[in-house]
Amino acid sequence: MEYQAKQLFARHDVPVTLGIVATTPDEARAAAEQLGGRVVVKAQVKAGGRGKAGGVKLADDPDAAAARADDILGMQIKGLTVERVLVTPTADIAEEYYFSFLVDRANRAYLCIASVSGGVEIEEVARTDPDAVTKVSIDPGTGVDEAMAREIVALAKFPDEVAEQAVDMVQQLWEVFIEEDASLVEVNPLARLAGDKLEALDGKVTIDGNADFRHEDHAEFEDTSAGDPLEAHAKEKDLNYVKLDGSVGIIGNGAGLVMSTLDVVAYAGEDFPGEDGRGQAPANFLDIGGGASAQVMADGLHIVLSDPQVRTVFVNVFGGITACDEVANGIVNALELLGDEADKPLVVRLDGNNVEEGQRILEEANHPLVTRVDTMDGAARRAAELAAS
Amino acid sequence: MSIFLNAGSKVIVQGMTGSEGSKHTRRMLAAGTDVVGGVNARKAGQSVDFDGISRTVFGSVEEAVKETGADVSVVFVPPAFAKDAVLEAVDAEMPLVVVITEGIPVHDTAGFVAAAQASGSTRVVGPNCPGVITPGESNAGIIPADITGSGRIGLVSKSGTLTYQLMYELRDIGFSTCVGIGGDPIIGSTHIDCLRAFQADPDTDAVIMVGEIGGDAEERAAEFIAAEMTKPVVGYVAGFTAPEGKTMGHAGAIVSGSSGTAEAKKTALEAAGVRVGKTPSETARVMRELVESL
Repeated sequence: MEYQAKQLFARHDVPVTLGIVATTPDEARAAAEQLGGRVVVKAQVKAGGRGKAGGVKLADDPDAAAARADDILGMQIKGLTVERVLVTPTADIAEEYYFSFLVDRANRAYLCIASVSGGVEIEEVARTDPDAVTKVSIDPGTGVDEAMAREIVALAKFPDEVAEQAVDMVQQLWEVFIEEDASLVEVNPLARLAGDKLEALDGKVTIDGNADFRHEDHAEFEDTSAGDPLEAHAKEKDLNYVKLDGSVGIIGNGAGLVMSTLDVVAYAGEDFPGEDGRGQAPANFLDIGGGASAQVMADGLHIVLSDPQVRTVFVNVFGGITACDEVANGIVNALELLGDEADKPLVVRLDGNNVEEGQRILEEANHPLVTRVDTMDGAARRAAELAAS
Repeated sequence: MSIFLNAGSKVIVQGMTGSEGSKHTRRMLAAGTDVVGGVNARKAGQSVDFDGISRTVFGSVEEAVKETGADVSVVFVPPAFAKDAVLEAVDAEMPLVVVITEGIPVHDTAGFVAAAQASGSTRVVGPNCPGVITPGESNAGIIPADITGSGRIGLVSKSGTLTYQLMYELRDIGFSTCVGIGGDPIIGSTHIDCLRAFQADPDTDAVIMVGEIGGDAEERAAEFIAAEMTKPVVGYVAGFTAPEGKTMGHAGAIVSGSSGTAEAKKTALEAAGVRVGKTPSETARVMRELVESL
């Protein structure tokens, strides 16, 4: 979120005004009193377009700041509830620029994007006037030194009055990008204030969770408030779960296979519309990984079954390194662990190593909720059909 | 013939003494892979027994290469140490480095991929990938060796289990080489690198390409196929139902705004003459018909 990005900027001496975070109207009033004068009250959510959504308001005095905070707190922006606002002094903006560093997947390198034509509407600028947006590829082997920063500033045509400041800022932002293990560092707008002073007025930093092992301090930036309680629960259990909107719960092994399972269920579900006329659709993404042990299977089933929208569960496992007999035992044991909590039909499709033994184990267990189907397409169809009935 | 890996490949394992490393070294040996040793500076000089086959742990990749003539390294080193491990292999001019490790910080991957490209001598596959298998000859990584046979289909995929699914469905026809390139945002070998190699491989008749949401690697692969491939390619793309802005398991599997969607990838591939299956099974069926008509 903005206030967190600004904290990271400040650590690396990027010019920024931190402002004060408030979670209640009273706190916003106190913040405005402390800052004095006119303030801006800004919704703090992980989403763009906050201004357009009505999440950024001016306030002339502390009472107005409290009133604006009252308006903004609790509002929904792109499905996210606003739980805090940032109160900052108003800025006297002469010009707005755009600047970012990001991971460039296509070129297996980094990319710097800079523009002195308009900040916030950078995507619009990129479409209507692509020449006004400068893109510089950065070799991860050499990175950004002062000479490279100068080159970027010259290519982007930062005005002479602020060019030296821009050279410093590019290097400071590069430091944020590398030292904080960010996959994206964006300043938008990068403002030229009255008196030709550059400042990062708003920003976004995406931190690479894979690097948490060397950033103990990043835990405070983790988004714990975000969204769905089932996703939060899954995270605690180290499960890779994404909540979706349909009725067929999905459990599988391997990210690609699970994504594919969602698609196959959605295709099959088109033939089985629910009461609202929409086809049956996947309720979630859940990748239990290669192991598929009984405990992981039980944890996964527990989460999927606690989603009230779920009407059937499709367990789709390809037995590779973990052979199908182990997976079948995992399912049987997981159902035992769950007991009465398991109360919705399970369609199980196993394929791969030792599939005959896996099928035999499921057949022997003869669990009343379990239906075995041999093919992925057939199992998806059966799961969708059961969800609609 | 095959791509990247064959019966003559001499494989070392960086991280052979760890739990994953030793488990999969045993499996690689069982699949007939010529694993000639391992690397772990702290356990240099020891040897490890794999069901009666003893393999030496060397102190460095350079030493392992000198002693064994290894030309492939498979990396199981944990994320925090993976970058140094790969850089060591690059310095030793290892021709192929297969990085299995999942969860490597993207800046570390960017660093070692750039170093490998600059070296001109090392190809990196991965990270966060299942590896490379030339069925019946050699297996460098964690792909189950016994689910398919050798044949004349090439396969390149971002996804592990989808690879296994397709290998298994087409096990009677068999594969020349299967390459799991990994699902991270930055990877050492792309779809295009593998397609180019399959196009040049006389023992590959047709190629399956498996993609997923995120980035534009599939779109760029489609351009390559249209311009340079004469061998038929069958495609599959996962993630049509993935919501925008959510990472689906693989770090790189994310639809951002309107970019990286499965639909866009399918459209691009079809425009390049690639037949794209709607499900993995349909993809296998299309490939089966195609091979039978060749």
